[in-house]
Amino acid sequence: MDKQGAETALYNDTVVRQFSLMAVVWGVVGMLVGVFIAAQLAWPELNFGIPWLSYGRLRPLHTNAVIFAFGGCALFATSYYVVQRTCHVRLFGDRLAAFTFWGWQAVIVAAAISLPLGYTSGKEYAELEWPIDILITLVWVSYAIVFFGTIGVRKVRHIYVANWFYGAFILAVAILHLVNSAAIPAGWMKSYSAYAGVQDAMIQWWYGHNAVGFFLTAGFLGMMYYFIPKQAERPVYSYRLSIVHFWALIFTYMWAGPHHLHYTALPDWTQSVGMVFSLILLAPSWGGMINGMMTLSGAWHKLRDDPVLRFLIVSLSFYGMSTFEGPMMSIKTVNALSHYTDWTVGHVHSGALGWVGLITMGSLYYLIPRLYGQKKMYSVPAIELHFWIATIGIVLYIAAMWIAGVMQGLMWRAVNADGTLTYTFVESVKATYPFYVIRALGGLLYLTGMVIMAWNTWMTVARGRSARVPVAVPAAA
Amino acid sequence: MSNNTQAPAGFTHEKVETSNFLMIVLILLVVAIGGLVEIVPLFFQKSTTEPIAGLKPYSALQVAGRDIYVREGCYNCHSQMIRPFRAETMRYGHYSVAGEFVWDHPFQWGSKRTGPDLHRVGGKYSDEWHRIHLTNPRDVVPESNMPAYPWLEKNTVDAASIAQHLKALRTVGVPYTDAEIAGAGDAVKGKTEMEALVAYLQGMGRSLK
Repeated sequence: MDKQGAETALYNDTVVRQFSLMAVVWGVVGMLVGVFIAAQLAWPELNFGIPWLSYGRLRPLHTNAVIFAFGGCALFATSYYVVQRTCHVRLFGDRLAAFTFWGWQAVIVAAAISLPLGYTSGKEYAELEWPIDILITLVWVSYAIVFFGTIGVRKVRHIYVANWFYGAFILAVAILHLVNSAAIPAGWMKSYSAYAGVQDAMIQWWYGHNAVGFFLTAGFLGMMYYFIPKQAERPVYSYRLSIVHFWALIFTYMWAGPHHLHYTALPDWTQSVGMVFSLILLAPSWGGMINGMMTLSGAWHKLRDDPVLRFLIVSLSFYGMSTFEGPMMSIKTVNALSHYTDWTVGHVHSGALGWVGLITMGSLYYLIPRLYGQKKMYSVPAIELHFWIATIGIVLYIAAMWIAGVMQGLMWRAVNADGTLTYTFVESVKATYPFYVIRALGGLLYLTGMVIMAWNTWMTVARGRSARVPVAVPAAA
Repeated sequence: MSNNTQAPAGFTHEKVETSNFLMIVLILLVVAIGGLVEIVPLFFQKSTTEPIAGLKPYSALQVAGRDIYVREGCYNCHSQMIRPFRAETMRYGHYSVAGEFVWDHPFQWGSKRTGPDLHRVGGKYSDEWHRIHLTNPRDVVPESNMPAYPWLEKNTVDAASIAQHLKALRTVGVPYTDAEIAGAGDAVKGKTEMEALVAYLQGMGRSLK
């Protein structure tokens, strides 16, 4: 990789730029699909009798696009940026890094084609068929080599805390993907899970919950630990807290999967263990939130006129909210009401739109101008506008789903004095329509914010040029 | 931390965060434990591995129907898991037990009920009702927000690949006989996707006596 002496002295920001821009593009696409299927729930005729537009095929496309395309590209971009800056060294393996970009885009395009065509393994958040799973594995192993390779050649003694989180995310996702995707091919683009019934369910939700825990949490905490101190120009609040909550978080998350299977045919002991660890999980989750929030000590006034910082801090508020709500919903008696309802959907989106979405947008607003030799985004008022539209959208979305969810749960269990059921199932569907409309509206607002971001990004990139940043020499080695 | 001039006594986090190797190994160890404890015993617990008395593997036509169920993503809106609550067993029937799913690759328990649970839908409605309902749900349930599946009636099941599907299922543990695999193609020949899906739905949850 050291072909030219001059090249080694520069950070490899090409791959960071590529991933950053694609994060914005896939954000718009993934959220657009989300709004479309949200509208289908309110107006079912919207699939126009076309197989590849029907809800059951597009919902996996939406989840895959926002998690693995939007979230994934943002994680690649920021981890590559952060690991170079905090290790004071150029990214390890230029070609391998380029392969992770093109490989990951190939995975996304393959998903965008195969899912609407109905090629699916039928396991939530792991729908992609086996040839794509193999490509994911290749990209992921390369990612690990690039990331840990860079840490291996670092010019400073300590590995910065953000890299612990990115590292745990990369390693855990590798294990989860390999175990959960095990399947026997039954043809090109058709396979059957290696596991059945209870085992398949447990492995799936061990994977599914930790897709949340590692892909959507640990990775984004890595983002938090770099971009909040940077944007606030303050050091991380507590070093000790970061150690404790890091190990506690990655240990505990792995146990929490069974709360997705309360009162199912999964044995009781597994459900109970899952519930206990889900409750414990509140502590390390809030440890991260507190560490991020308190980093603002003495800099709270910056929130007033820095919309980028506001994205980052409000994301932590949503993180705190949903990591309180999660343990609460994992309590079996609460879960008895909330499970299978739209409450779960609301909970997921308070985390996804509020935490993952906002921290990504804040980090990209920090990153994009710097990658293109600019001081700030083309339009700061547009960032401000994006913030408010997105926040209002989230509130509409989650409030509608909370009400709808609790209502459904109560209607399903309501019994008359003579012991018969009060409502038929379809009465609960009918009662939910107004909330599906409000949810679609909330989603539309959130998408509008993302489109504003795409425009702002376009204008910033058009006015800037790719920055060539020399590797900084560590202050005191 | 780096200003700490004292020689640290014993093990400190300093050791971990200055070693790439130690960091990787410790992360792998720490994240492996939860899954190992919760997953591995399930492969050895009788109640989760033994089929209930009278459980039969899906017929070739039902396998084709289940493939369509998975392809159309029905699990996004329908569960196949009845919880042991009074309101739920009154609405859907006997609660689901582990032994009913030992040949379900993949499991289709679902996580959301935009529509009702389907685990014991078998025999609840006529074939004709299902045909009308799947072609346009609002013809029988006016308030329904379920998508219409008009293409199921027009497409025929791929008879050429069904034997391979049964064979793959046998590899992962479903006890199909050679005769069942050999006869699979003929069993589904000329059938529409609608017939296959209805055959799957009508067989659901009926083994538990």
